[in-house]
Amino acid sequence: MPVSLDRPSASSFEELAMPLFDQLYNFARWLTQDTAEAEDLVQESYAKALRGFSSFQQGTNFRAWMYRILRNSFLSSRTGLKSTVALDAEEQEDVLPAESTTPESLLLAQANREMVQQALGELPVHFREVLLLCEVEEMSYQEIAETLAVPAGTVMSRLFRARKALRGLLQRKLEGGRRGL
Amino acid sequence: MACEQWREKLDLYVDGELAPAEEAALRAHLQGCSGCAADALDRVQLKRSVQMAGKRYEPSAQLRAKIAKTIAKAVPETSAKSSGWGWRIVFVPAVLVLIFTLAANFYVKRERSARERVYSELADLHVATLASATPVDVISSDKHTVKPWFQGKIPFTFNLPELQGSEFTLVGGRVTYLEQTPGAHLIYQVRKHEISVFIFPERGLETPSLPAGPVNALSFNTESWTQNGLRYFVVGDASADDIAALSKLLRDAG
Repeated sequence: MPVSLDRPSASSFEELAMPLFDQLYNFARWLTQDTAEAEDLVQESYAKALRGFSSFQQGTNFRAWMYRILRNSFLSSRTGLKSTVALDAEEQEDVLPAESTTPESLLLAQANREMVQQALGELPVHFREVLLLCEVEEMSYQEIAETLAVPAGTVMSRLFRARKALRGLLQRKLEGGRRGL
Repeated sequence: MACEQWREKLDLYVDGELAPAEEAALRAHLQGCSGCAADALDRVQLKRSVQMAGKRYEPSAQLRAKIAKTIAKAVPETSAKSSGWGWRIVFVPAVLVLIFTLAANFYVKRERSARERVYSELADLHVATLASATPVDVISSDKHTVKPWFQGKIPFTFNLPELQGSEFTLVGGRVTYLEQTPGAHLIYQVRKHEISVFIFPERGLETPSLPAGPVNALSFNTESWTQNGLRYFVVGDASADDIAALSKLLRDAG
């Protein structure tokens, strides 16, 4: 029984996985939108990763591997199942939209941190996660593609749509705020 | 390219996903096009605000402790499961192999980096000498002038080859240092290419033995060997064949 191989790897797992803890929690909390659920999700992910660590291929991207486990755990959770939209339909028309967004620097300058957080929370999960992986985790398209198990081209077009959706939400919020005054 | 086409690439640009050439081209365009520049700025701004807004939640200390415990538990558990001698039969050799591999790897790396250091130092000496106004301290094409000149200046003696009938000419020599060890630096010429030959006493150098044969360092062709307690390094931008030919002449003379 090759159990002994797990022995030295438990400590290297710790070295690799613990530095990601804060970021993984932040990501989990954004996905679940709930503290207790996020905590469960992080625990479950660490337990799964630990069990599957022997199948992790040294030299491949550990961070993407960890995020993929967390995300898959989320998608199979009750909240995750509810939040999944028909992604297949989205993936069908996977061409980069040619139209460009108009500069709205003024609009964005007015959007404060809280407003952006609200808007992020309102975005569909598949938009929210791709934005978080790109901007907060600062992953490359390739790394995001590995995490989400989609082609890099899909990452590109999904990011484009996510940003567009976020702009739309922010604009509505700002206009709504103005009307309210 | 029209602005529309550039704008399609702006997201890739702000995400740092463009190929270097494309990135440079886009940057050049942004310098001259205020519309696209404003658009790019706007995208950067959105990126930043998401970045700031996204760093929002911090895990509790309890959760961290729980997870650390889960991982820590995994270590004794696996060893308990495989108690007895069974695991040792696999484990001990595995660890020995691992230690050996690491040590060998470390040694190889250390040796390699020492070698790279020496070569880059010699390449620096070669370039710096040729760039200086007086590259050589003794200017002579006659080995009978150059060799005695080194007497009393370096703590060893060496033999230089007869160059008649070869394409090489001796330009001159100077005293140089490598790892605080004095040595001879000779400059030869072949078809307008300058080649440096460095000779140091073997015992003065801390650098591990260099492999015989050519090494390509920093786009220079080089060759190195040890002979009669002296370490020879031949460095130059001449062809590998020329370097080899000069090396052979030196080896035969030494």
